[in-house]
Amino acid sequence: MKTSLKFLILCSALLVISCGDSDKESEHENTADISVSTEMIAELTAPPNVPRGVGKRKAKKLIVTMEILEKEGTMTDGTTYNYWTFGGSVPGSFIRTRVGDEVEFTLSNHPDNKLPHNIDLHAVTGPGGGATSSFVAPGHEKKFNFKTLNPGLYVYHCATAPVGMHIANGMYGLILVEPEGGLPRVDKEYYIMQGDFYTKGENGDPGLQAFDMQKAVDEDADYVVFNGRVGSLTGDNAITANVGETVRLYVGNGGPNLVSSFHVIGEIFDKVHVEGGSTINENVQTTLIPAGGAAIVEFRVDVPGTFILVDHSIFRAFNKGALGMLKVQGEENKAIYSGVVQEGIYHPEGGGIQEMPNAEVEVSAPLKSKTLAEKIASGKLVYAKTCFACHQANGEGIPNAFPPLAASDYLNADVNRAIEIVVKGKTGAITVNGVTYNSIMTRQAISDDEVADVLTYVYNSWGNNKANVTISQVGQVKNGH
Amino acid sequence: MKLIFRLIICILFFWINHADCQSKMVSIKGGTYIPLYGRDSLQVTIDDFYMDVYPVTNQEYIKFVKENLKWKRSSVKRLFADGNYLMDWKSDTELGTAQSENAPITTISWFAANDYCKCQGKRLPTIDEWEYVAMANKDMADARQLETYNEYILGWYEKPKTFNNKIGSTFKNYWKIYDLHGLVWEWTSDFSSVLVSGESRKDVDNDSNLFCGSAAIGATDLMNYAAFMRYAIRGSLKAKYTMRNLGFRCVKDERINIGK
Repeated sequence: MKTSLKFLILCSALLVISCGDSDKESEHENTADISVSTEMIAELTAPPNVPRGVGKRKAKKLIVTMEILEKEGTMTDGTTYNYWTFGGSVPGSFIRTRVGDEVEFTLSNHPDNKLPHNIDLHAVTGPGGGATSSFVAPGHEKKFNFKTLNPGLYVYHCATAPVGMHIANGMYGLILVEPEGGLPRVDKEYYIMQGDFYTKGENGDPGLQAFDMQKAVDEDADYVVFNGRVGSLTGDNAITANVGETVRLYVGNGGPNLVSSFHVIGEIFDKVHVEGGSTINENVQTTLIPAGGAAIVEFRVDVPGTFILVDHSIFRAFNKGALGMLKVQGEENKAIYSGVVQEGIYHPEGGGIQEMPNAEVEVSAPLKSKTLAEKIASGKLVYAKTCFACHQANGEGIPNAFPPLAASDYLNADVNRAIEIVVKGKTGAITVNGVTYNSIMTRQAISDDEVADVLTYVYNSWGNNKANVTISQVGQVKNGH
Repeated sequence: MKLIFRLIICILFFWINHADCQSKMVSIKGGTYIPLYGRDSLQVTIDDFYMDVYPVTNQEYIKFVKENLKWKRSSVKRLFADGNYLMDWKSDTELGTAQSENAPITTISWFAANDYCKCQGKRLPTIDEWEYVAMANKDMADARQLETYNEYILGWYEKPKTFNNKIGSTFKNYWKIYDLHGLVWEWTSDFSSVLVSGESRKDVDNDSNLFCGSAAIGATDLMNYAAFMRYAIRGSLKAKYTMRNLGFRCVKDERINIGK
């Protein structure tokens, strides 16, 4: 009895001591004093993915290796751009650290690159944020060390002159410094970064578009996008969650110029780490993210559906590309959101006057009937915008990838089938002029009028059968099954 | 007798020298100009000189390596050329399969380029000389104010792997020189005098004469911005560095030529 009591006392004494110890450890007055013991290679991820959280791990020596690649990528369908990247993606690889980590950072510049680069990490305490120590010529690498002193979400970017141009070409990303013990666990985490792009051609102009310094100076952006391109987070690329889950978004803004009004349509942010720092604001609709800044936003998704992520400086979202999607699956909750319950006619003046603008439609309808020449002319413009990139200027297509439209037996055999492909897309093998193509053409988001015009143009060019495709034909195919 | 002997030596020397430098040169008439980084007060005067019409090619460099064994990839001192020296070659004297004899030689260090020119009885151009000739477009000696001129240079930054293109594949400029823009970067004798600190934003208050950072950083006109890249690349180099996009050409002083 006595011995067991003694044992108990000893145990509890030990417990108290160990508690005291861990308390001491977690309250370093100065984060610079946190010591590191072991080495670890950092996990880096391309957007929209985020590396695993630090959890309870101790501060370590963290090895980060990042490669700079100058490479051509897709800006939007049919338009490419020569991106400069950290780790091959825009934004660059996500780096996840905790307070007190000693980061050994190696920056390598690929031998095929043309220009010297460097990196300025806003998480670094030191001159230039690392830029001074990381200026590196193509085919070389530079190594420097820094200690993460302040928790928060930080932007990194290239700071080689002309700084604006390097950032405008996509040289930015995020580095997260978690507090001791890590951020609270959530179900889903994603990495999103906005950037503005300046191209010689206007938004949507096809082909490889060069950077335009003058537009960048004028802050006249052609594209404002999430994760480096139009559509990086829409359709099949949408981020996902299930009803009841908590989603955390690490949202950065690379700029170079524009400030983001980040908003998720149909959600309210339960928590926002304002400017990526330690202040937490609650119940936020739209959070402002400065260029060269970031924010952590968290929300629980309560109902299923597609939630649209936008820069609520709204023309950027719908006209320049700053639009993403969060698809939430799960059970409906009618108490939170009912959907349409009833549809009716609204009579503002008591139901006496009911005038639909029918008359106007009838008047304008005959105006719309164009001559064949007009249709071909307008179809040619649609072709240059929509079809040219794959099917090429003279409908010659690209061998093994995109079938020809010039003197195409497949095209001439069936007008309705051609309409259907434009309107609904086409996947799988087809044989054109004796050659098999197995590829995907997406549904084209153009009006019936434009479908009719562009097909009429194609049928009246390059040795095809001169079919005249009408709007009503397009309508029939669209509505048929 | 002595005189005849001297003459023979002289002629012999000239002949050997001449045979050695098969690469064509043209004369560049000197002048005064303001380099892109400069202010109005910073005029630079260039004497007359001769410049290679084309950058040194792979073929020419193979010949050089065969005659100067210390520049073989396998025997070169790391102090004089880094680990990427002639990295794409199949062996010490053979090009890689993807390389063309008439493409510019790249992945060579400043030491190698400097030695090459010396062996030809020539030298590397200075930054000021190089920039002076490179101001020209097809028809003007100084086309820097033209938008087309700058767009051409900037367009090159966006074209991948131009180091595989053949010499002469760009344009012939006012001085009848090819490929200063659009093919590869080129070494200059005094590249390291460019004072880019690596932290280029700091150069704003770097009141250096040679490199007026504030003018370049605050530049809103394309002119400075196209040239800025060249200064940035020079600033990032060390003499032993080698790069896939960096070649060279040689120049010769006029008076030496007259001396012969």
